[in-house]
Amino acid sequence: MSTSEIMSISRITLLAGLLVAAPAIADSPGLGTKITEADVGAWSITILPDGTNLPPGSGTAAQGAKTYAEKCVACHGEGGKGGPYATLVSDAPLQGRGIEAPKTIKNFWANATTVYDYIRRAMPWPNPRTLSDEEVYGLVAYILSENKIIEKDAVMDAKTLPQVKMPNRDNFIVKFPDKI
Amino acid sequence: MTKKKDGLGALDQVAGNGLMSRRLLLGRGAAIAGAVTFANSAGAEPLKDDEWGRSQGITSKEVDPRSRFEDKVKRTLSNPNGEPRTQHARTPHQFLNGTVTPNHLHFTIVHTGAPDIDPAQHKLVIHGLVKQPLIFTLDKLARYPMESRMAFVECGGNSAPMFSPEPVQATVQQIHGLVSNAEWTGVRLSTLLDEAGVDPRGKWIIAEGADMSALSRSIPLKKAMDDAIIALYQNGERIMPGNGYPMRLMLPGFEGNMNVKWLRRIQVTDQPAMTFHETRNYSPVLPDGKAYKFYFINEVKSFITQPSFGTTLKEPGYYEISGVAYSGTGRIQRVAVTADGGKTWADAALQGPVNPKAFTRFHIPWKWDGSPAVIASRAWDESGNVQPLRSEFVAQRGQTKEPVKNLLGFPNQHYNSLTSWGVASNGEISHVYF
Ligand code: HEC
Repeated sequence: MSTSEIMSISRITLLAGLLVAAPAIADSPGLGTKITEADVGAWSITILPDGTNLPPGSGTAAQGAKTYAEKCVACHGEGGKGGPYATLVSDAPLQGRGIEAPKTIKNFWANATTVYDYIRRAMPWPNPRTLSDEEVYGLVAYILSENKIIEKDAVMDAKTLPQVKMPNRDNFIVKFPDKI
Repeated sequence: MTKKKDGLGALDQVAGNGLMSRRLLLGRGAAIAGAVTFANSAGAEPLKDDEWGRSQGITSKEVDPRSRFEDKVKRTLSNPNGEPRTQHARTPHQFLNGTVTPNHLHFTIVHTGAPDIDPAQHKLVIHGLVKQPLIFTLDKLARYPMESRMAFVECGGNSAPMFSPEPVQATVQQIHGLVSNAEWTGVRLSTLLDEAGVDPRGKWIIAEGADMSALSRSIPLKKAMDDAIIALYQNGERIMPGNGYPMRLMLPGFEGNMNVKWLRRIQVTDQPAMTFHETRNYSPVLPDGKAYKFYFINEVKSFITQPSFGTTLKEPGYYEISGVAYSGTGRIQRVAVTADGGKTWADAALQGPVNPKAFTRFHIPWKWDGSPAVIASRAWDESGNVQPLRSEFVAQRGQTKEPVKNLLGFPNQHYNSLTSWGVASNGEISHVYF
C-alpha cells in the first residue's frame, strides 16, 4: 500500500468515526486552541492525595525552619502559634469542643499533600507562588514535625509526603455519595 | 359566620393569628378582593404639585445610578480595608423584592481580593485526563452557543449565626446575606469537556481561579457533565469582578465556593484533590466530632424577608408576608407560613415562574391584629425534601456551646432550618426560635 492510500483510508475511518460515534462533537464549535500537557506546565499546580504532580526535590524541618523565620513568622507566629493569622501548630483536639471547634492542620486536615498544595499556591500572603519547590518541602516538613506528625529529621519528598498519615484522616463522612 | 369590623371574614383566614387566603393575592374575583378592603381612617391632605416636577430633572447617565434615597440599600462588609483575610459582602434581602439580586448587591466572598483581569489576556485551559488539552480565550468562548438560567449561589457558611443556642438579634442581611440569585449566561461545560475528550478514567474535575490564592475545588465529573456552565454574563451584563469577571464556573445548587470565580483552569482527574477549601473550610464538624466532607448541595431553605428584624410595624392591619425559598435539588414545590409560632400553617402563593435551583418568591396576606405574633416560613422541594424544623436540625447538626456573639464568624456550615421573627405588640420585630 502506498503512503497516499494509507492516508486516504485513515481519513475515511476518521470521518466515519466522527459521523457515527460523535455527531455532537462534530457539530461543536471547536474553537479551542490545542496545547500540550507540558505547556500547561506552570499552571498545573494541583497536587493529588496520592502524590500525583508532586515536584522533584526534598526538604527537612531544619531547612523549613529557616524559610519560616524569614517568610512566615510575622503572620503565623513563633513555632506556628500566637501570630495574628491562622495557627499552624497546635495540640488542641477537635473532639469535645463542640461543632465550632477550631480546625487545625493536626486535628482536621485529612491529607499531608494539601499542606504542600496550599502553601505552594497561596503562601506567603501576598506573594504566593514565589517559593521554590524545595522551600515548600522544607516548610511542610517543618509544620508537620512541629505538630509531631512526622519525626524531626524526616525528609519530605514526592515519595514520603503522600505516605504521611494525618491524625484525622478517617473521621470524615461523605455527605452526598450519590452525587460523586 | 362572625364578621369582624374590618371586613375580614373568618372564611378568609387560613391559619391562626391573621394569615389570610393566598387567593386574595391573585386578584381573582372582586368578591374576595372586596371583602378585605382595610379602610384607612386618616383622611388624605389635598394634593399639590410637587417641587421635583416643576424643574428639569436629572440628566441621563451612561451607567444609571439609583435614586439617592436608596443609599441605605447596600451590602455590609466584613473587611472593608482589605486586611489579609477573607472579605464578605452581604446582600440586603430586607430591602429587595422579586427574585433577581441586582449585580452590585449580589453577595461576594473573596479570599484574596478580586483580581483585576484583562479579558483580552485571560485564558481558560482544560487539561488532565483528556484526549486533547485545549485553551479558550474569552472571545472564542463568547462565540459558543449561550445558555441562560436563573440560579442562586449560596456560601456554605451562609446563616452560620443560626447555630447559636440563643437567637442572634440581627437582620436577614446579617444572617442570610451570603445567598443571592441571578440569571447566569454562558457555555455548557459539557460542550467544552466533550471537545477535549474526557478519558474514561476521569471522575472529577479540579476547577481553579486566577486569583492570588489560585482557589481550587474538586467537582464530580457527573455534575460537570450535567448542568454546569462557564458563565460569562450575570443578569445580562458581563459578570462583576467580585463574582469572577470575566468567567466563573456555575454549578446550580452546589455550595458557593465550588462555583470557582476568575476560572482559568479545569483539570480532569481520577480523584478529588482534597484542596484547602474542601478539606478544611467547607467540611462541617458534627456534634460527635466527626465531620462531613463533600457537602456539595445547598439544601431546601426559605426565610421571610418582609417584615423582618430591623423594621417596626407602625399599626395593626394588612401586611404582606414575603420571602425567598430555594433548593439545590430542584424546584420549590410548596412554602408554608405560620403567624402563631408554628401552631398553624397556611400555604403561601409562589410567584412564578418557579425555576429549579433558583429563588422562588413567596407571599401571603396577613392581617396583624396588634397582639404578639411569631412568623416563619417552611419550604418543600420537588425532590421531596423539606426544610427541617429547628429541633430536628439541631438534633442532627448541633448548636454552639455559647451564644454566637460574632455575627461575622462561621461556627459551622450548611444551616437550612427555619428563621422566625417575633412581632411584639408595639410592632418591633425580634429574632426568636420556636
Ligand atoms: C501576610 C500574612 C501571611 C504571611 C506572611 C503568611 N501567611 Fe499563611 N496565612 C495567612 C492567612 C490570612 C491565612 C488564612 C487564609 C484563609 O483562611 O483563606 C493563612 C493560612 C495559612 C495556612 C493554612 C492554615 C489553616 O489551618 O487554615 C498555611 C498552612 C499557611 N498559611 C502557611 C504559610 C507559610 C508556610 C507561610 C510562609 C511561607 C505563610 N503562610 C505566610 C497569612 C499569611
